[in-house]
Amino acid sequence: MKPDTAAPDWLGRAYRAIQSSGLCAVTGMLALTTLTAQAVEPLRSGFDTMSEPIQAMQRDDDANPGMLSVLQGRTIWSREPAPARPSCAACHGELQTSMRGVAARYPRWDEGGQRPIDLSGRIKACQERHQQIAASGSESPQRLALTAAVAQASRGMPLSPDPDPRLAPPQARGQALFTRRIGQLDLSCAHCHDAAWGQRLGGSLIPQGHPNGYPLYRLQWQALGSLQRRLRNCLTGVRAQPWPADAPEYVEIELYLVSRAAGLVVETPAVRP
Amino acid sequence: MAALVKMPQRARAGEVIEISVMAAHPMETGFKPGPDGRLIPRNIIHTFTCNDAGVEVFRVDLSPAITADPYLAFTMVATRSGMLEFSWTDDRGEVIVEQRQLIVE
Repeated sequence: MKPDTAAPDWLGRAYRAIQSSGLCAVTGMLALTTLTAQAVEPLRSGFDTMSEPIQAMQRDDDANPGMLSVLQGRTIWSREPAPARPSCAACHGELQTSMRGVAARYPRWDEGGQRPIDLSGRIKACQERHQQIAASGSESPQRLALTAAVAQASRGMPLSPDPDPRLAPPQARGQALFTRRIGQLDLSCAHCHDAAWGQRLGGSLIPQGHPNGYPLYRLQWQALGSLQRRLRNCLTGVRAQPWPADAPEYVEIELYLVSRAAGLVVETPAVRP
Repeated sequence: MAALVKMPQRARAGEVIEISVMAAHPMETGFKPGPDGRLIPRNIIHTFTCNDAGVEVFRVDLSPAITADPYLAFTMVATRSGMLEFSWTDDRGEVIVEQRQLIVE
């Protein structure tokens, strides 16, 4: 089957994009089947599929660019945000001990908001409630740095999803989002990350798509970024309309991703190409 | 601002040691539009220096189109124990300074 090169319609372009991306071997099968989510076996962190130099960069705290943000986050942790307002350390104490294991259990149920909340959202809520400051935006370097510093304290601990039953319905919605076809390319997350991981999309290896290193430093971004930002990347990649910032869909899909990746260790701040 | 410095803590006299450094900096080129459509003013680290007890041992003039959080690696001959001082200066005049002890045996 060859695309009609004389017809410059979007379908032909999309076909060629998929063909050149190396997905052509699976698209025929995918066109006929709707995938249901399944456990990926064996679990492989994105770390395992990276090249040796980037792995070395992540391993070495003196070479890992994500550590720059972690250092900034530690400064924010121990600094008073405004005169006579408590620092994070004033309530929680020492970062490495008090926050050990916290990131491995998120997202959790927020009693105040009656909704699931991710680690960055919890930090925002804490800043607004207890420090009474206007928290910076979810993609701001400050929030990313503080989130990275908190998550780094759990590095090496296995992701252990919160068994709270109130999290089950949003997690099920996240699973539905993961398997639902979206965008002009009409692909779901599962089409790549469940069914085609290990194959190539252009020059890049398709990873299983685990959330165990966020916030992480992407060399392509030249900056630390959140899981939300990464999800937006994938959404625009399949030419779908990304959800607005801090939309509930992000936490729902994170709940499902964490349940799918349970057992992988926290790598924050991870480095990815 | 934060910076990472990777170097051995101890070295033999006359040994060549490798030092690698990375500073947190956006390295704005001055050509990139911001969210409001206006160009973000240029702000890059233009100078990096490494001083060994007041004597300059390494210096770089950086230019635009160098990555954010620039990474530099260089070598020096360890001659005496002392405090190495690393400093990065950007277009706004902000200076990041890091110090590391080197023990030469």
